[in-house]
Amino acid sequence: MKILDDAVVGEIVSCPDCGADYEIASLDNGTVTVKVAESVKEDWGE
Amino acid sequence: MSAKGKKSVGILYDRIRWEEKEISRQFEMRGIAPVMIDAKTLILTLDESRYTSLPETVLERCVSYYRGVNVASVFESHGVEVVNSSRVLGICGNKLETSQLLAKSGVPTPKTVVAFSAESAMQAIEAIGFPCVMKPIVGSWGRQVVPVRDRETAEAFIEMRDQSGDSMQSIYYIQEMIKRPPRDIRCIAVGSEVVASVYRYSPTDAWKTNVALGGRTEPCKLTPELEDILLKTIKVVGEGVLGIDVMERSANSNDYVVHEVNGTVEFKGAQGATERSIAGRIAEYLLDTERERIPRIRSNNLP
Repeated sequence: MKILDDAVVGEIVSCPDCGADYEIASLDNGTVTVKVAESVKEDWGE
Repeated sequence: MSAKGKKSVGILYDRIRWEEKEISRQFEMRGIAPVMIDAKTLILTLDESRYTSLPETVLERCVSYYRGVNVASVFESHGVEVVNSSRVLGICGNKLETSQLLAKSGVPTPKTVVAFSAESAMQAIEAIGFPCVMKPIVGSWGRQVVPVRDRETAEAFIEMRDQSGDSMQSIYYIQEMIKRPPRDIRCIAVGSEVVASVYRYSPTDAWKTNVALGGRTEPCKLTPELEDILLKTIKVVGEGVLGIDVMERSANSNDYVVHEVNGTVEFKGAQGATERSIAGRIAEYLLDTERERIPRIRSNNLP
């Protein structure tokens, strides 16, 4: 997955192969840890 | 105040979008590093002494309405100013409550009826007349918002909702369909000021105008008539950071109706058609030590 230079913890990145969404869990000295992002719920929005 | 005399602020989030990054950047440009609070990681007790380290003011930016409004309520009970307040979030998050307040206060809004069973839903639709629009009372991004053009379509949607097993789906919120041009107007209000107004055009062959669904934006002139209706809406809903959606009954007619107020507004699309930094104005509003503090009136109808 491509992680942009200005990425921050909590940002969502998508896998270009399977399309799954991941949330950036930590950014430590260039090492990025991700976790599976929450799926969209009925109460999500603005 | 923090030790250096500057206000301490936080951003409550559950996923970081362009907006949260931009607001954070605007705080940093003003010499403030906002505390980023991931609502998904919070374990909140009602012991006030545990929350002395919370910022003085928190901007609520959760994608999940229920999560955001409930965390806001707990934070408020511990003396934190939350923007938007749980009261404002509660009004904006429930379309029925928004419509009630707007209608009662004389703010032009689409004619709305509500029914609470599949049987009465059809009668409600017939009372409004075809075509009409059926919406869930909670939810956003245009999801499950459907145009109902005839009786057969109405029956299909009512049956689908009735069989969903979700009690919220048994609340049938039905509005007249405004014969608007293929656009609506997204307005951003910060405090008592309208900071942006843009047209949102539907994607080709589509009916909905949501930018999340591919709609595009263009600048919209803030006419005195539009500003007047927006200021009335702010007064009714309460100050904070609001996304007020307006429709025109016909193009350039200055005959407006407010159809939705968003309490956790996305504004990337609006920013593309606006010169002034919306995120910058939000940061200034939160940092303004002179403004009157948002009243901590807890919502009495939390979900």
